[in-house]
Amino acid sequence: MFESLTDRFDEVFTRLRGRGRLSEADLTAALREIRVALLEGDVKLEVVRELVGSIRARASLAELDKSLTPAQQVIKIVNEELTAILGGEPLRITYAPKPPTVVLLAGLQGSGKTSAAAKLARWFVEQGRHPLLVAADLQRPAAVEQLRVLGRQVGAAVFSEPTDPVSVARRGVAEAIRVGRDVVVIDTAGRVAVDTALMDEVAAVARATSPRYTFLVLDAMTGQDAVATAVAFHGALPLDGVILTKLDGDARGGAALSVAKVVGRPIAFVSTGERPADFETFRPDRMAGRILGMGDVLSLVERAEQNLDGDATGRAMERMRRGRFTLEDFHEQLQQVKRLGPLSGIVGMLPGLPKEMRNAAVDEGSITRIEAVIRSMTPDERNDPAIINGSRRTRIATGSGTRPADVNDLLNRFKEMQKLMRSSGMMAQAHPGGRRQKRRGGRVTPASR
Amino acid sequence: MRVRRHRPDDGRAPAAPAPGDASAPPDRPVLAGRLGRNRPGLAGGLARLFAGKVDETTFEALEDLLVAADVGLASTGRILAALRDAVRTGAVAPTPEALVAGLRAEIVAGFAGEDRGLRRAAAPPSVWLLVGVNGVGKTTTVGKLAARESADGRRVVVAAGDTFRAAAGDQLASWAERCGATLVRGADGADPSSVVFDAVEHATARGADLVLADSAGRLHTKTNLMDELRKVRRVADRPPGRVSEVLLVIDATTGQNGLAQAREFTNAVGVTGIVLTKLDGTAKGGIVLAIHDELGLPIKLVGIGEGPDDLIAFDPDDFAAALTGV
Repeated sequence: MFESLTDRFDEVFTRLRGRGRLSEADLTAALREIRVALLEGDVKLEVVRELVGSIRARASLAELDKSLTPAQQVIKIVNEELTAILGGEPLRITYAPKPPTVVLLAGLQGSGKTSAAAKLARWFVEQGRHPLLVAADLQRPAAVEQLRVLGRQVGAAVFSEPTDPVSVARRGVAEAIRVGRDVVVIDTAGRVAVDTALMDEVAAVARATSPRYTFLVLDAMTGQDAVATAVAFHGALPLDGVILTKLDGDARGGAALSVAKVVGRPIAFVSTGERPADFETFRPDRMAGRILGMGDVLSLVERAEQNLDGDATGRAMERMRRGRFTLEDFHEQLQQVKRLGPLSGIVGMLPGLPKEMRNAAVDEGSITRIEAVIRSMTPDERNDPAIINGSRRTRIATGSGTRPADVNDLLNRFKEMQKLMRSSGMMAQAHPGGRRQKRRGGRVTPASR
Repeated sequence: MRVRRHRPDDGRAPAAPAPGDASAPPDRPVLAGRLGRNRPGLAGGLARLFAGKVDETTFEALEDLLVAADVGLASTGRILAALRDAVRTGAVAPTPEALVAGLRAEIVAGFAGEDRGLRRAAAPPSVWLLVGVNGVGKTTTVGKLAARESADGRRVVVAAGDTFRAAAGDQLASWAERCGATLVRGADGADPSSVVFDAVEHATARGADLVLADSAGRLHTKTNLMDELRKVRRVADRPPGRVSEVLLVIDATTGQNGLAQAREFTNAVGVTGIVLTKLDGTAKGGIVLAIHDELGLPIKLVGIGEGPDDLIAFDPDDFAAALTGV
């Protein structure tokens, strides 16, 4: 399930050896895999068809670069095609000659408009501007209150009144002028594209406020419907760009590609978390790989940073370095790994991981077993496994629901791990030879077990 | 605060419920009457279907149809393989019309023999927990369920289990007020488990029938948040509480990520059923077909708007008809 596109390509191209040009059959097989990857990544069917066509055209003409495998060559082309669609002209925010600069947010229910409005306001504050938030969603109960609370959090005033969305928006802009705010961010109610009355309403809001920027707020997990929605909103408004939300999940985000291609507008911002600060301008280079399901090491690093306890890991590293890594430490590190999320998801993020390792890594059951064994040990046993004799072993095995042989197995493996850590130089000063050296001005720290 | 209802643009009243639909009183809208008119023409693909004989391009058109509805490649493959078999054995005639009918029958067959009712505990109060990622419509669905159960004469306690989102409690309060349900809420940022626990205690003390527990939206990739949800379920299930439904809310616009959501939430809290929301838009919600295929989770409810009445029972025939758009 988590085979990356790279893996699947490797299977397809295993037979190829340094051929100058891709054969038709090879290319067709590769394109089939690309099609699957893109559809599984939620790219719109018609866009996939078009993309596969242009990739086929480019790949048939291309002379294989000898320094890349055929698989890598094709992936390079795919990446370039996607990045071209996603990249294009990056949207650079410029400001109205006569303030305020009005930004209008529109989109489906639940896409994240209200959160995005507050985050955008905060972004403007960081740019040295003075935004006013206008709460024009009068449909959802407590939407105005939600924006007020968020506004307080990000340091932006919020304007609203219980009239109607068009009046609120218009008066919001007037209010901004009155109190000297140079940016207005208007939040609107979620609406489905087929509700003509509500689409007319948001068009009226736009007419009343002449926004410099109108953004469609789009959930990264949206599927094939994204284009229909974007086209409808673009027809009513029109749109200047897209704000892609909830990118901190594991949705591949193909909707973004489809919308960029069909509507021809860039992704301006992305929302990458639940905090107001989790908001940034869009980076197309990382998105292409994500959509293809090719593994995103940067995301893994970020997830690690989010979920791992830096202090605990730092302490463990220090203990490892000083040669004092015990079963207790190992147990703690396993807890850390579990906090990264479902293992299969992490493994899916590692490009180029050999299949055998991948299958081994996803065995969450074995981690549970290891944990159980360690937990059945006494603190003394964890600190000094040498004291574990037959009767202790039996007790540990019974307590953890394993066999004495499993306990032995863990202890042996752990000993190997410690040996490896010692000899690899992790336990000592970092020297290329891996040997322990005298530290300047001090004694060599003796390694413990 | 105004409450807007989505009414059909052409002014038609909602159709009467299908015969035998015991769970829907006569005045409740039915899926078939509310959809179909919203579907953009499926001109391209289907026109080809009706052009002449059945061949490979017909099946390709059907594949496009299902993939475009977010059914996903795996489930689409399964359904079309079954359809090909049916054509081969003569169970389905090799005409375009029969093929589409066969397709719908195949989809419907997958849902046969399921109990899609909402389960209640042997002794009140039952606890129904609503879970899902951010923005799918959990709070609105809680509100609709509260309205519906109250209208059916049950005493409902609503637990404002979303203690993270600004003004989530206020949003739920307005729903509870409207239908006369009791709302139990905590301070902002309070432990959601304690709010749900308080609600169950309150419900028990007052002899209420049902506790509807909202929860904060959370991405299934966030382990600490999923752990928090596990705890909520555990606490809600402590006597006198009895969790008889854990409803995963899935937005109809969701793509293949819906599968990951369903897997992880099921692992974490044991999902008992799906609520498919926002089916009043252009999206077809085919992802629930894939979820049902893979995990066997019954689709129990469908949301078709923002008003209190916009919640109906899932009907496989209506769903298949809307999915295939004919």
